Amino acid sequence: MTAFRIIPCLDVHGGGVVKGVNFRNLRAVGDPVELARRYRDEGADELVFLDVSATVEERAALHRVIDSVARVLDIPFTVGGGVRSLEDAAALLAAGADKVAVNSAAVSDPSLLGRLAARFGTQCVVLAIDAGRVEGRCEGRGERGERTGSSQPASGDSGPGTRDSGLETWWEVVTHGGRRPTGIDAVTWARDGVSRGAGEILLTSMDRDGTLAGFDLDLVAAVRAVVDVPLIASGGGESAAHFAAAARAGADAGLAATIFHEARTTIGALKDQLAAAGIAVRREDS
Amino acid sequence: MKVVVVDSGVGNVPNAVRGLQRAGADVTVTAEPAEVLRASRVVLPGVGAFPAGMARLVERGLDDAVRRVAERGVPLLGICLGHQLLFDDSEEFGVTPGLGLLPGRVVALPAGGRVPHMGWNRLDVRRADPLLAGLGDGAWMYFVHSFVAVPEDGDLLASVDLGGEAVCAVARRGNVCGVQFHPEKSGPSGARLLASFLELG
Repeated sequence: MTAFRIIPCLDVHGGGVVKGVNFRNLRAVGDPVELARRYRDEGADELVFLDVSATVEERAALHRVIDSVARVLDIPFTVGGGVRSLEDAAALLAAGADKVAVNSAAVSDPSLLGRLAARFGTQCVVLAIDAGRVEGRCEGRGERGERTGSSQPASGDSGPGTRDSGLETWWEVVTHGGRRPTGIDAVTWARDGVSRGAGEILLTSMDRDGTLAGFDLDLVAAVRAVVDVPLIASGGGESAAHFAAAARAGADAGLAATIFHEARTTIGALKDQLAAAGIAVRREDS
Repeated sequence: MKVVVVDSGVGNVPNAVRGLQRAGADVTVTAEPAEVLRASRVVLPGVGAFPAGMARLVERGLDDAVRRVAERGVPLLGICLGHQLLFDDSEEFGVTPGLGLLPGRVVALPAGGRVPHMGWNRLDVRRADPLLAGLGDGAWMYFVHSFVAVPEDGDLLASVDLGGEAVCAVARRGNVCGVQFHPEKSGPSGARLLASFLELG
């Protein structure tokens, strides 16, 4: 049985690592290579590196930084941010990434997933989904580019999207670093993405991002129910109890940034607590 | 220690090179059969599908070069798809012949576990071997695969548990070695294995 993975995430902006809350108010955290080395030494099972500036500012991913990080890493390394084409992905892989995460570009052109999988293999293709919880009526859901207002009162009159889950609560895919709501149902998109060639899902709750309020377990469980590929829960993880709950909800890995950047815990301490809670984790001495 | 990495034109070659360099190797990457034939130690990396991987080797005449250098007793390590290519054949997308350096077939993973098998899993050591020096039972390695080789019992050094079924993780016959996982991505345990390969006599 595979171990539940602990994955620190480096959001990189202008060559430095940053972190915000709910995708806003980014502040500087440190140097990507130093942080990568520290997390690897603490026992990280994988590292995710997202160039958060890439999509918004049309900036190419930072290949030199990726190469420097890859040199110090002997664990899997996933890179995303602004990947729009096979050439973008090939450049990231050549720079040292093991997997490439795609987000906004796959929403605009879902065929990108299939083309990436055909060229590099599905194991290389991570579909990153940023999802915002929407309570209530689902009018307009499933139609691209249309925002569903969360102010709409819940009613028995199910919108078009509710047929998928039968729930009043749903999650909307948001692209471009949390700036562009799409009206697309995140659970449906996860299932569609996997059928098109995504080999892994990186599922971020925008509502929980940076809040340390715990993962959105309903979102994790809803996506787990429709995909078989590895699922990484992201957004809101703080305590070992949060990570254990994500594992029990069906996640194969938990991704976090704030708790590690602020040294609220170490990866080693987190894994000790998870092991004590009965979750299988990789520890070199165990 | 000098190592020639066979550039099959796919995926993880750069990171296999980085891993070997961290283990202290002096690495040359080549797609030239003549350079493979001159090697004193060879690594065959690779990711992706078996037929495409084999076709790329054949296209460049690298299949014969790898076979001949292995037959001369030069230590050879296959990684992931490179490991699978060492076997007789694979049933991925119909039956495709492999290099035939290790007897056995590559088959689909058992349905009992989640497929693909992606993530960290532990080795069950079946036979002590210098290739596994310093790795206790239960060493963690990073796997990404949907197919797996079935070696002869005598060639199986370590297995991995997939939903209750043990499948091949490490195989070796003489100088020909193969690992299904990615040692270059398997932290300290993977580094230990690469170092042991570099020391094989």
